[in-house]
Amino acid sequence: MSRAPVIELPLTDEMLSRQSRELARTWAPARGIIGFFSEVDHKRIGMRFILTALAFFVLGGVLAALMRLQLAFPENTLIGPDLYNQLFTMHGTTMMFLFAVPVMEGLGLYFTPLLVGARTIALPRLAAFGYWIFLAGGVFLYVSFLLNIGPDNGWFSYVPLAGPEFGPGKRADTWAQLITFTEVASLVGAIVTIVTIFKYRRPGMTLDRVPMFAWAELVTSFMIIFAMPAVMLASTTLILDRLVGTHFFNQAEGGDPILYQHLFWFFGHPEVYLIFLPAQGLMSTLIQAFSSRPIVGYVWLVTALVATAFMGFGLWVHHMFTVGLPQNGSSFFTAASMMIAIPSGVQIFCWIATMWTGRVRLEPPMLFALGYFVIFIIGGMTGIMVASVPVDLQLHDTYFVVAHLHYVLIGGAVFPLFGALYYWFPKMTGRMPNRRLGMISFWLLFIGFNLTFFPMHQLGMIGMPRRVYTYLPGLGWETLNLAATAGAITMAIGALTLTVNAVYALRRGEAAAANPWQASTLEWSTSSPPPPHNFSPERVIASRDPLWDDPPGQPIVVGVRSDKREVLVTRLLDAEPDHRYHSPEPSIWPFVTAMATTFMLIWSIFSPWALVWGSIPPAIAMIFWFWPRGRSIDDETHPPEKGRPQLEAATGPA
Amino acid sequence: MSATVPVVDVSRLPSFAFGHRSILWWATLGLIAIEGTAFALMIAAYIYLKWRVPEWPPGVAPPDLMWGTLTTIVVLASCIPNHLTKKAAEQLDVGRTRLWIAVSLGFAIAFLVLRAFEFTTLNCWWDTNAYGSIVWMLLGAHTAHVITDVVDTAVIAAIFFTGPLDAHRFVDASENAAYYYFVVFSWLPIYAVIYLAPRLV
Repeated sequence: MSRAPVIELPLTDEMLSRQSRELARTWAPARGIIGFFSEVDHKRIGMRFILTALAFFVLGGVLAALMRLQLAFPENTLIGPDLYNQLFTMHGTTMMFLFAVPVMEGLGLYFTPLLVGARTIALPRLAAFGYWIFLAGGVFLYVSFLLNIGPDNGWFSYVPLAGPEFGPGKRADTWAQLITFTEVASLVGAIVTIVTIFKYRRPGMTLDRVPMFAWAELVTSFMIIFAMPAVMLASTTLILDRLVGTHFFNQAEGGDPILYQHLFWFFGHPEVYLIFLPAQGLMSTLIQAFSSRPIVGYVWLVTALVATAFMGFGLWVHHMFTVGLPQNGSSFFTAASMMIAIPSGVQIFCWIATMWTGRVRLEPPMLFALGYFVIFIIGGMTGIMVASVPVDLQLHDTYFVVAHLHYVLIGGAVFPLFGALYYWFPKMTGRMPNRRLGMISFWLLFIGFNLTFFPMHQLGMIGMPRRVYTYLPGLGWETLNLAATAGAITMAIGALTLTVNAVYALRRGEAAAANPWQASTLEWSTSSPPPPHNFSPERVIASRDPLWDDPPGQPIVVGVRSDKREVLVTRLLDAEPDHRYHSPEPSIWPFVTAMATTFMLIWSIFSPWALVWGSIPPAIAMIFWFWPRGRSIDDETHPPEKGRPQLEAATGPA
Repeated sequence: MSATVPVVDVSRLPSFAFGHRSILWWATLGLIAIEGTAFALMIAAYIYLKWRVPEWPPGVAPPDLMWGTLTTIVVLASCIPNHLTKKAAEQLDVGRTRLWIAVSLGFAIAFLVLRAFEFTTLNCWWDTNAYGSIVWMLLGAHTAHVITDVVDTAVIAAIFFTGPLDAHRFVDASENAAYYYFVVFSWLPIYAVIYLAPRLV
């Protein structure tokens, strides 16, 4: 039962282009300095997320390079133990919290509305708030590091090392509060993504036509909602133990340090999937586009994403095998960890089948996707090894684990990410990157990566522990460490060529057509870069791959106002039109709220009273954010007392 | 150019909606899922800490029942004005929405006052031992939600009395009432953990 039936109207091209011009005026980004801080355009917010996260990736990479230089030779004195502790903690924290999760979120904010055919994201002011909080958290961490109060207890900040007894100063508090910043940013991003995919889909885009990357972002967002509260609790209890003398982790007063590990890893393992699952969506996207055929096993791939998400919550104890937990429990987590290979395998076979039956084009994005196959599968193999308790007891806290986690995360997430950034670069900037430079950067990264991390498997097996700032000569570790350092330098050059390519393309690159890769999803149906309102005209979707399979002359959606920021809200399952909705206008208040919240969070490192007095400014800012401005521009619903016909429409059967 | 083209005309659709059709309902549900998970994990931490020691509560008396129980009764009663607020808002009835949101706000403030007394009869401090820490955390986290709800309700009530008013404000009032149900119903398991669990063993 459609509430908006298809009818015939005499629409001319002239009328459509007039509407398009009006839409561009209505949705134009805010201007000036105030405008910059008031931005609610999802493409700009998404781009800010991506660029900021890449900047943190570079910083995290520099820290890694410093560690590799220190470890290049035995008894090297470039970096002392205290700074080294900060370096590996900052590196892990940066890569997990300030790069991997936010960059995937940024891609989601940029592309989810484009993939589902919407004019914008749901709750754009909330997304803007999320960005400012993320930026403030990252700046706070690096300023603290420069002031010599950078965290130094590892990216998980275990107690008792990080507790009040063994962690004097403010370093552990810096870590705990950074977690608050990044988790708030991720949580609001998750809500925005879920609501966008559920309610803003173009008519015709039923749930079984949602593009794979949007599915991956949706599943990831649900994981964020159920995983992040655990780390919120872990970091809050840690800071309470340190600041106001609670005893959550104090053995002498009935607390337990192991509780911290449970809370942390109940988040920490899903965290890996928060990075990995969006990348699986990117893999499906790239493989479909460059195999020139619809993806094989769409339903299987979606099921695999959902299954991985569920299983991801039942694996956390495999990070704690050496703690000495009951053996039956450990066996359960071994089995669960091995089971995760099933959905991963399903995905890989679907992709192989797609390439096998398609016509593969070896463009740079596809090379990055193929790099995934080599690197991630090796990482998966070593994952099965360390999932087994006896092997893990031997290899825990050695370089074998460092090798494993980098194979999984760089292979499983960073390679698909670089592929996707290359793939979407023309859409985001309107310029084509240089193919030859793209190829070179792939090979530099691929070879450099394997040269850096493959020797670490061996280093771990012959006993080199993680997180040591130096080692003695004569242990047989010298050559392998030197090789790893050479690999790290190669990777750095690879990352540099990627940057050079991007800058060159922006200045000199060929102008990009709307669909330079002949891909099938909706973002390629609009200009490169997309106009402020994303699409016009908006055509009803008739298939999973609209640019390949939709018949010409699909009905156009009309009646969504173009003189104000109005969007069409559709129903969850079948995307039938439901109601029109006035999307929020640009506002400075999300920025002000974020800054007031930042002030409160930093103050609360020093005094618990910050949570009382410091919470007043953010509350006031939020009231301004929420307060309706001046005369309502929703004139058609004003005054509501006279709105009986609309009342019936609004409360009628859904 | 005179040929007609097929279109889907949505101009007659409403410009707002209540319940699961609205954007705000989904956003609120997301918030509830996040905070519900946080409460569930705090309760899990409580149970975990309880397992670690032979005596529970360790070395202190259980919290007094009076204030906590009184709060619970008032909170459950407050569901009635909350329900009436939600209904009035969904019927776009300005007068009744004003009336019931004011009554709901009164109840929420009473809730907060009673909560202050609860803190005085817990029979432990947050730094007494790990038991005290988790009890204070549970009660404190829930209280933060009550405070948030009082502020939200006060702001929406103020808008209803001073304007500018349009249909979206009724959706806000309806969703605020939905969120209040979460504040109420998340309290019941926390009440059971704080007040009943120490007496069961």
